[in-house]
Amino acid sequence: MFIQQLINGLMLGSTYSLVAIGYALIFGVLGLLHFAHGEVLMVGAFMGLYIILWTGLPLYIALPLTMVVTGILGMIIQFLAIRPLKKNFHLAPLLSTIGVTIILQNLAVKIFGGYGTRFPDTIAMDNIMLGPYMVSSVKLIIMGISLLLMVIFYLIIKKTKLGKAMRALAESHLTAGFLGVNVERTVFLTFGIASALAGAAGVMIGVSYSAISPFIGLTFALKGLVVMLLGGMGNVVGAMIGGLILGVAEVLSITLLPTEVNLQDIFSFGIMIIILIFKPTGLFGSKQN
Amino acid sequence: MLSIKDVSAGYGKSLAVHDVSLEVKKGEVVVLLGANGAGKSTILRTISGAIKPAKGQIFFDGQQITGKKPHEIVQRGVIHVQEGRGILSRMTVRENLEMGAFLRSDSEGINCDLERVFKKFPRLQERLGQSAGTLSGGEQQMLAIGRGIMANPKLLILDEPSLGLSPAFVEFIFESIREFREKDHYTILLVEQNANQALEVADRGYVLQTGRLVMEGTGQDLLCNVDLQQAYLGGGCTT
Ligand SMILES: Nc1ncnc2c1ncn2[C@@H]1O[C@H](COP(=O)(O)OP(=O)(O)OP(=O)(O)O)[C@@H](O)[C@H]1O
Ligand SMILES: [Mg+2]
Repeated sequence: MFIQQLINGLMLGSTYSLVAIGYALIFGVLGLLHFAHGEVLMVGAFMGLYIILWTGLPLYIALPLTMVVTGILGMIIQFLAIRPLKKNFHLAPLLSTIGVTIILQNLAVKIFGGYGTRFPDTIAMDNIMLGPYMVSSVKLIIMGISLLLMVIFYLIIKKTKLGKAMRALAESHLTAGFLGVNVERTVFLTFGIASALAGAAGVMIGVSYSAISPFIGLTFALKGLVVMLLGGMGNVVGAMIGGLILGVAEVLSITLLPTEVNLQDIFSFGIMIIILIFKPTGLFGSKQN
Repeated sequence: MLSIKDVSAGYGKSLAVHDVSLEVKKGEVVVLLGANGAGKSTILRTISGAIKPAKGQIFFDGQQITGKKPHEIVQRGVIHVQEGRGILSRMTVRENLEMGAFLRSDSEGINCDLERVFKKFPRLQERLGQSAGTLSGGEQQMLAIGRGIMANPKLLILDEPSLGLSPAFVEFIFESIREFREKDHYTILLVEQNANQALEVADRGYVLQTGRLVMEGTGQDLLCNVDLQQAYLGGGCTT
């Protein structure tokens, strides 16, 4: 029972991690809260759904396709809503990404309808026995994919030129430029990577919740924010671990505190407030701007 | 090699430097002197593309680089070692050095330059895996200069490399610059507050006063210039 819940928690948490990594990455590189990040996730969920519904393609093809589309969406958002803004007006990008949120949400309502859409059962798979525990194989797959994406992302950040350029940007745009980093292009690609991860999270949330609506963005955007606070603002590794912690904590809170009401969200936002009061730099330290 | 013609530049609407023209020839060490706030760093930032000049032109190797982006200017071999060192403190010493070679792909040349940096600054080699933020001020300055060398510069721009260092370290930095000039034949544009020491290693110098060039000459000339000695240097002419 406990192991089963732990896996459920890690599964949920790994999707939170994917969302939070994007937040942390963009915050780290630009010092900016990307308000429309949750809507990128929502678009990813619908994309994944319709690719699977219409083309019958399996998850392992639908997922990378969706990531490409949401990655491009993220870069378009950066290009249209953030790049043209003057740098010394800090509220502007926040407001313009809120605008993007409203646009994407309304487009989604117009196209997909305001009600929930079910993910097809084709994705449903048999539960499997892990020793004495019965575990949903879909959840295992989701967790596996999320963890794999995180490992790939981590290697990109640590080992590749692009990753090093991003880390340099996160410390100083001026210094990065003097070292030869193409600042504009790297910021652009940062949005692409962050948004691709959000799209992946969207698909996996769609698959595991089996129903999505144009309004799921906000929920996951907020969870992503909580996780970023937990892990430390702009700290991508903190975001990965923070997501897993929050996921497990939420699932355990449901199991251990059986009540009529759903305590899950109260629990996670409670964590956020406690962190803000006692450890505003998060568990793993935050990037100072 | 580098020539700046009538450049005015500043921040927003306010100009910090006016009609500055200066030149650095291949193999020369040129020093730019001036009091705090005179506009020295502003000139350097304009050369390396962080600031767009309001007026004037900048040429490097015969090509116009006015208004180009910093990474495009680095690509041409103009490497700017910032005032305050600009260390990437959350990256390791090794990663900082690797970032110096960001635009290079000649791995042999990169390794060769890495050896060169280790030979000049053995302390860096001992601290390769350490995060750069934990280095002492002097070590960070070595890292900043070493990172500049990793870019295989055609023109190395050093903004106050001796700032905030102990006298022994200041001596060491000037010794390194002398070596760059005599052994490695680097072309260097140097900004310094230690005017006497800077003029001793420099071929030529310029003096900037509230955004305008007021004097120029060879290192010796400026060292012996009475006005300059009274205004800034307070030192002595050795010849
Ligand atoms: N980022 C900035 N924004 C606005 N004004 C600036 C900025 N940086 C410098 N200035 C102003 O431009 C003028 C020249 O500054 P600059 O940094 O070029 O001087 P400096 O000669 O390098 O001085 P120091 O020896 O103290 O480094 C100063 O009046 C300074 O206040
Ligand atoms: Mg300065």
